[in-house]
Amino acid sequence: MKFTYFPGCSLKGSGRAYEESLFVVCKQLGVELEELDDWNCCGATAYMAVSERQAFGLAARNLALAEQKPHELIAPCSACYMVLKKTQKYVAEYPKIGQEVHEALKRGGLNYAGTAKIRHPLDVLVNDIGLDAIKKQVKNPLKGFKVAPYYGCQIVRPYADFDDQHDPVLMDKLFKALGAEVVKYPLKTRCCGGSLTGTLPEAGLGLSFHILREAQRRGANVLATVCPLCQFNLDAYQRDMSNKFEPVHMPIVYFTQLMGLAFGLDAKTLGLQRGIISIEPLLKKQEVVA
Amino acid sequence: MKEQSNGDIRIGCYICHCGTNIAGVVNVKAVADYAAKLPGVVVSRDYKYMCSDPGQVLIQQDIKEHKLNRIVVASCSPLLHEHTFRNALEGGGLNPFCLQMVNIREHDAWVHEPGEPATEKARALVRAAIKRVALHKPLEKKETKINRDVLVVGGGIAGIHASLTLANGGMTVYLVEREATIGGHMAKFDKTFPTLDCAACILTPKMSAVGENKNIKLWTYSEIVKVEGFVGNYKVTVKRKPRYIIEDLCVGCMKCVEACVFKEGKTPDGFNEGLSKRKPVYMPFPQATPPVVLFDPEACIQLKTGKCKKTCVEACDRNAIKFDQKEELIEINVGTIILATGFKTFDGKRLPQYGYGAHPNVFSALQVERMVNASGPTEGHITLKDGSKPKAVGIIHCVGSRDNRTHRWCSRVCCMYSMKLAHLIKQHTDAEVFNFYIDIRAPGKGYEEFYERLQEEGVHFIRGRVAEVTDWATRKDEEGRLVIRVEDTLAGFVRRIPVDMVVLANGLEPQTDSQDVRRMFNISCSTEGWFLERHPKLAPVNTFTDGIFLAGCCQGPKDIPDTVAQAGAAAAEAYALINAGVIELEPNTSFVVADDCSGCKTCIPLCPYTAISRDDVSKKAVINEALCKGCGVCVAACPSGSIHQNLFEDEEIFSEIEAIL
Repeated sequence: MKFTYFPGCSLKGSGRAYEESLFVVCKQLGVELEELDDWNCCGATAYMAVSERQAFGLAARNLALAEQKPHELIAPCSACYMVLKKTQKYVAEYPKIGQEVHEALKRGGLNYAGTAKIRHPLDVLVNDIGLDAIKKQVKNPLKGFKVAPYYGCQIVRPYADFDDQHDPVLMDKLFKALGAEVVKYPLKTRCCGGSLTGTLPEAGLGLSFHILREAQRRGANVLATVCPLCQFNLDAYQRDMSNKFEPVHMPIVYFTQLMGLAFGLDAKTLGLQRGIISIEPLLKKQEVVA
Repeated sequence: MKEQSNGDIRIGCYICHCGTNIAGVVNVKAVADYAAKLPGVVVSRDYKYMCSDPGQVLIQQDIKEHKLNRIVVASCSPLLHEHTFRNALEGGGLNPFCLQMVNIREHDAWVHEPGEPATEKARALVRAAIKRVALHKPLEKKETKINRDVLVVGGGIAGIHASLTLANGGMTVYLVEREATIGGHMAKFDKTFPTLDCAACILTPKMSAVGENKNIKLWTYSEIVKVEGFVGNYKVTVKRKPRYIIEDLCVGCMKCVEACVFKEGKTPDGFNEGLSKRKPVYMPFPQATPPVVLFDPEACIQLKTGKCKKTCVEACDRNAIKFDQKEELIEINVGTIILATGFKTFDGKRLPQYGYGAHPNVFSALQVERMVNASGPTEGHITLKDGSKPKAVGIIHCVGSRDNRTHRWCSRVCCMYSMKLAHLIKQHTDAEVFNFYIDIRAPGKGYEEFYERLQEEGVHFIRGRVAEVTDWATRKDEEGRLVIRVEDTLAGFVRRIPVDMVVLANGLEPQTDSQDVRRMFNISCSTEGWFLERHPKLAPVNTFTDGIFLAGCCQGPKDIPDTVAQAGAAAAEAYALINAGVIELEPNTSFVVADDCSGCKTCIPLCPYTAISRDDVSKKAVINEALCKGCGVCVAACPSGSIHQNLFEDEEIFSEIEAIL
């Protein structure tokens, strides 16, 4: 099984651990990823708010490039995933936007037919590869891992294509299959603060804090996410949150990193050393050979 | 045919003003003048209201005076007045089928601006009708006798009321109910709004009346499996599921239930909405009608394995238990059918943000109905899962109603039953009660007053659709409780309200198998799945299939007063048909010109009314005129052109098209 891979800016930067772990886990499961040649910014960040037209143009260029390949497109970053999907919908459903985008691409010698299929790796790994195939790879069941599955807002909103909008469950099922305990966690899709953590920290920090405190209260010892921005917000500001509100301390990992750990892969190849809050104590305590 | 069209055709043409409905847009005088010059037209007039008595008399006088033998009326839709004008023709001594109506109101005046183009369209339509009517043949009306027996499907309050009305009028009624008892949803309620009278007190006497009425043949635990025939002469097959009890012998003494080897019930009790457990042999509820127990083959050891001590059999001194009872098929003949198959409630699990199924203290409204009922699982006490009394309760309105993601319709009863429950909860527990609503819909008699009463009682009303029910506590007073998050759209901010119990006012939706049922009875459904009435205002209990009527929520959400009113209306409509003794059949049926038929059978499976069969001897298609509804499918499909249809002969249609072009 082969996919075209759209990294977006995060997976080459702050979210490098996501890319690293995704690649090794996919390889283990026989999924081949080929990076999209000459990709550009997905159009998320400030673009969508400042100039919708340019944002659609940027996203559509990626989609046009992806259509030149015979594979479906994987976008691991939630923001990329959502913006690409949004662009596809708007170009198809709003003639004016469609016309502008098509003309812009044409001037760049590109054509976008609207057929690109945009997928999230959580959807691909759980629904296409399947839990049975994943279970077969598990060498170190994640005993003692009490995971808070945190989905963030963008992979199920507004396009709930592969999981429930209010109560997504794919990660819950996945971690159970990996042998972990899944914490009953009501804040699965609540806002992590998004870019507010940078622009309006007094608002953003509080949002992140609630997510961590509730996970902690419910006995989680690790929180797993699917999104590089969520990971960053929740991981990088724990000291600030602790100073401002109550002490919080919890390693924040990508779902692919937990898969890799269960598959018996080396912590370093999974980028686990990159976390600001170290997962090391948990690994030691649970004697996960990594 | 040909001879007639060449014969002496004398046409009268009438253009109706319909007040200003038509005349305000179409120059009716010009159309009448134009028609007067067309071949065959002897008289052409315009008149203010053709459907009025003077309008009809005008036609009749002209028929006599000018020896007219064909009439064209250009007015409204034939659905409205074809019958009127056919009668007028008949009164004037003309065959009623020598009429052609032109719809220049809905098809012209109502959809165009005033002016010449609209008038030109009217001219063209009238021209076509004049050309066509010349080819009309006098047809004979046919009659068929009506079987006086009635089938009522569904034994909720709608079916009960319709059955009793007809039975009291002397009709024989077959009342078929899928569940083991009649009573439907109403039997589960404690009180009814807005009067707060006891539901059982008003329903159970009617249920017993059904059981005792000699004119009603009551078959519970039974389903309709096949419907054949047509108005006046339906043949219906009823499947009686085995309850492993000889119904005539059982008196409902419950000795077998007490003696059952199961000391405690293990199966969730459907009647109590899963709040209690029942044994493998059980009676749905104490006042069940008929008062007969039944065995659950999924739970009974004897039925599952054949290896039980059968203490129930020992306990039954009437020998009513029959473990080898088989399902039984019974064929009945009836003339009319009333469908009262009811509704189901929306499953709260479909909206996971409200936590039904995830948080134990989120209940459906029906569960609370059962709790507050003295014969319910908690004997009339409203309690949390741990047995304690709630101190605060939130009732969420419009769950699965008025929502593009689930159902768009207003379920009509939830506002009122929510307020009723709010009142009862307050009365029983003294809890603080919050209603979360979009709009309060209290349009019935005494309903608005009830709403006011609730406000005076101190029940809170917060306007806003609830975002979520969560056990995520952010404050001390929220810990260990459920928190309702909602935008209070009147106050203009988001509230977090901690409560102990959440009640979901689930909306009403069509029964899961409503599509199968509608196909079996050959009636239509709205896109939502409610059974479709023939006309929303003027034929609200009729269906498009003659002799089949609707009562209650199968046609759309409604409360008990409306349901009973509709059930009475359906009974009256059925009674009117029966009392007439015979019914007239439309002559626009298809017929086979046998010489041309090759017996290819193309038409047979296409007929939606199963009116066509193949004669084994002649090997030709035969059309049952009584079944044919004149849809024309077979005419269009016949490869040899051997099927014709009265009033829709090829020549008639082609001449009409030709004249328009």
